Amino acid sequence: MCQNASFSMSLKIDQDHSRFRNIVRGKIRQNLRRYISQGEMIGRKGKDLVSIPIPQIDIPRFTFGDKQQGGVGQGDGEPGDPLSESEEEGEGGQGKAGKDAGDHALEVDVTLDELAEILGEELELPAIENKGKSRIVSAKDRYTGIRTVGPESLRHFRRTYREALKRAISSGIYNPANPLVVPQREDKRYRSWNEETEPVANAVIIYMMDVSGSMGDEQKEIVRIESFWIDTWLQKQYKGIESRYIIHDAVAREVDKETFFRTRESGGTMISSAYKLCAGLIEQHYPPTEWNIYPFHFSDGDNWSMDDTLTCIEILKNDILPKVNVFSYGQVESPYGSGQFIKDLREHYAGDDRVIVSEIRDRDAIVGSIKDFLGKGK
Amino acid sequence: MTQFAIKTSLPRYLRVEQEKIEKIAREYGLDFFPTIFEMLSYDQMNEIAAYGGFPNRYPHWRYGMEYERLSKSYEYGLSKIYEMVINNNPSYAYLLEGNSFTDQKLVMCHVFGHVDFFKNNFAFRPTDLDASADVVDATRHLSGGYEPNRKWMDKMANHATAVRRVVDRFGIARVEEFIDVCLSLENLIDAYSRFVVRERTERPQDEPSEIEVPRLRAKDYMEDFINPEEYLEEQKKKIEADREKLKKYPPEPVQDVLAFLLENAPLEKWERLILSIIREEAYYFVPQMQTKVMNEGWASFWHSRLMTERVADPSDIIDYAENNAGVMATSGGRLNPYKLGVELFRHIEERWNKGQFGREWDECDDLDQKRSWDLRLGLGGKKIFEVRALYTDVTFIDEFLTPEFCIENKLFSFDWSNRNERYEIASREFRSVKEKLLHQLTNFGNPYIYVVDANFENRGELLLQHDHRGVDLRGDYAKETLQSLVRVWKRPVVLATVLDNKPALLRFDGKEHTVKNDAAP
Repeated sequence: MCQNASFSMSLKIDQDHSRFRNIVRGKIRQNLRRYISQGEMIGRKGKDLVSIPIPQIDIPRFTFGDKQQGGVGQGDGEPGDPLSESEEEGEGGQGKAGKDAGDHALEVDVTLDELAEILGEELELPAIENKGKSRIVSAKDRYTGIRTVGPESLRHFRRTYREALKRAISSGIYNPANPLVVPQREDKRYRSWNEETEPVANAVIIYMMDVSGSMGDEQKEIVRIESFWIDTWLQKQYKGIESRYIIHDAVAREVDKETFFRTRESGGTMISSAYKLCAGLIEQHYPPTEWNIYPFHFSDGDNWSMDDTLTCIEILKNDILPKVNVFSYGQVESPYGSGQFIKDLREHYAGDDRVIVSEIRDRDAIVGSIKDFLGKGK
Repeated sequence: MTQFAIKTSLPRYLRVEQEKIEKIAREYGLDFFPTIFEMLSYDQMNEIAAYGGFPNRYPHWRYGMEYERLSKSYEYGLSKIYEMVINNNPSYAYLLEGNSFTDQKLVMCHVFGHVDFFKNNFAFRPTDLDASADVVDATRHLSGGYEPNRKWMDKMANHATAVRRVVDRFGIARVEEFIDVCLSLENLIDAYSRFVVRERTERPQDEPSEIEVPRLRAKDYMEDFINPEEYLEEQKKKIEADREKLKKYPPEPVQDVLAFLLENAPLEKWERLILSIIREEAYYFVPQMQTKVMNEGWASFWHSRLMTERVADPSDIIDYAENNAGVMATSGGRLNPYKLGVELFRHIEERWNKGQFGREWDECDDLDQKRSWDLRLGLGGKKIFEVRALYTDVTFIDEFLTPEFCIENKLFSFDWSNRNERYEIASREFRSVKEKLLHQLTNFGNPYIYVVDANFENRGELLLQHDHRGVDLRGDYAKETLQSLVRVWKRPVVLATVLDNKPALLRFDGKEHTVKNDAAP
């Protein structure tokens, strides 16, 4: 009876669940532009999930304001001592007596995939055409089961101990006054694994950023927010994407993600240094037959000299553009920059759809700029 | 029982175990409805739990939200539902597939505690249905064996069908929007209404005549003494006031706001149907909210006694102990209703076994004497069965929480500190702890709200009164709830409440919210 009934039951909750998810998506969509310009989601990113605070998705009722009410607890402590965190949350299956748990803003977990979908819907982004050829798949072990044999390094302490305790008690050697429990061979329990396959990256984003004196903190924050969304979107298109980071002033170097967003240098700007490094990376690691390649360059548009700009154009033309899906340049407005570089690019690549340029005046312009970059479906 | 058990998908060894536990439980005096166990996988379990234990509920997104929450916390290993049982005759209980045999035994023992409670606690009487599946008058007298109709499983399924039919006609968006509205008013009911037979005051039909004060009979010369002028005036005013009251509607404040709206709000037929379904289901869940501490305490009391004395094999004991400890755990100073309830029942049993009650006990203030007080009365067993039948959480705590118990169990009250912006332990004093606990449990943790005037200021506006007992309402929710009320009442709605120690009127007219501070109706 239960088996038959369960089939139709699953359908029922699925409908309720998908309507709930739609409400969540609707709320996120409504607030997406605000989320984007405030950079709100970036700090909340886990491995595959972003948790997003959704204002009031529960049903409002006449209910008590929490803070005035207080409550009753159990445990040690003197009057005046603070309650531990978990209690303030009041969450979990059991909660406080006679009172429903938690009326703080609901945090909804959204997969990056879903977030990308919402972004795509809101900005009407087209799906990207895959240019790479191969899809390499790698095997990965996940520890999900328990066995009675295995290597010591995988021993499950708690389970082993419990078995040993059981044996000790049932065989009468357990002494409560001296609760010594020694696991024997047959008590031992080990974690066991299953093999799971995961696709490996066949797309790479190469971020380049000008970190010369004229790029301030706000400019970098804009780049950070924009790159988060670019990552999210491209991640959706290519599972397990790789990212590389290059910073430059007069010279360029490859750095990790943290450094990329934190570093502030002073001094001059030679954009060509970054482009050279980028071309080298592609040459060495990312054969265009296997990889979808996305270089993004952010700067305030100041370059050292017209000569260097011409060098940049050359490198782009010969070493970068033939190999990449699209080359994107974002120019962040800064009070110090001349903003010349974007004009030079426009002049040389007018009508070339392998180059996308976008001007980002301030945070509110990030949304438009994302659309510029990703709206072509390349 | 067996005739039901055959139909379930329960494996044979569990059916055998069920019969064994049932027999033992009866020997201990538990008296329960026939109980049907079903085995569910964890996603089925989450699904049914999201639906509040019923396999078939009307469609609504909040079940989906609950499902997501449950599935998440299961996946993250934060919690897992061990048992679920519903107040139905026969009762249905669910076992989680993949739990160890020890766990299943524990759950079965726990479940029989709950079902005994459902059957015998007076607060659950209002969930009895008669043959036409209407709720029965709970005050009626019972005789003989008690086998009430509690086919709520069917009733909920019928509700689901009725709502789905409405959905087919008007579309899910429109219906769900209205369900949202009804649910936000769901707690505006009168938990005790089923036990009180209230007189229906008829609205006066005729134009009231001139007031004539009835006089006491007196001889002429005595008239001024027996019916003095002042007395007659006074009586006249009283009658006038009574008439004034009759003109007002409702004549007395109404706590069952949902019933009032059902009778008086200009609703369409389908809206009335949905509101009445939600009201009925809200009343179904009331007893469970009124007895959370007791009900969980009672079930835990019995799983622990049955398991440790009769049911568990020696090989079960360690797994049992670990799980039981998990259920009873209090962490981060949080009060665990399972723990509070079971400890109070044990405390009562011990006190009545030792004769620690009555006048002599109350008047004794020698602590040493009290500690070793043992009259060997052995009344504990009888007493706890009586308590489980006749109390709800409020009266349970009020009567049986003792200062000794508070100290032993390290109970404290806590408050929000504005200065330090955090919750702080306020006191360990018995009175303060008890007061806070009772406040949390009173009216199952909801504010008292009454309809006082359906024609406020002679403009057809609905006036509600919040009976403020020290805690303000949550402001943003109050505003949104007013919106729901306006959606149903179709005219402006005013709530008289108290904000920061001053009376205030919250009003929503369909477009705008206004707050009048320092104002009363």
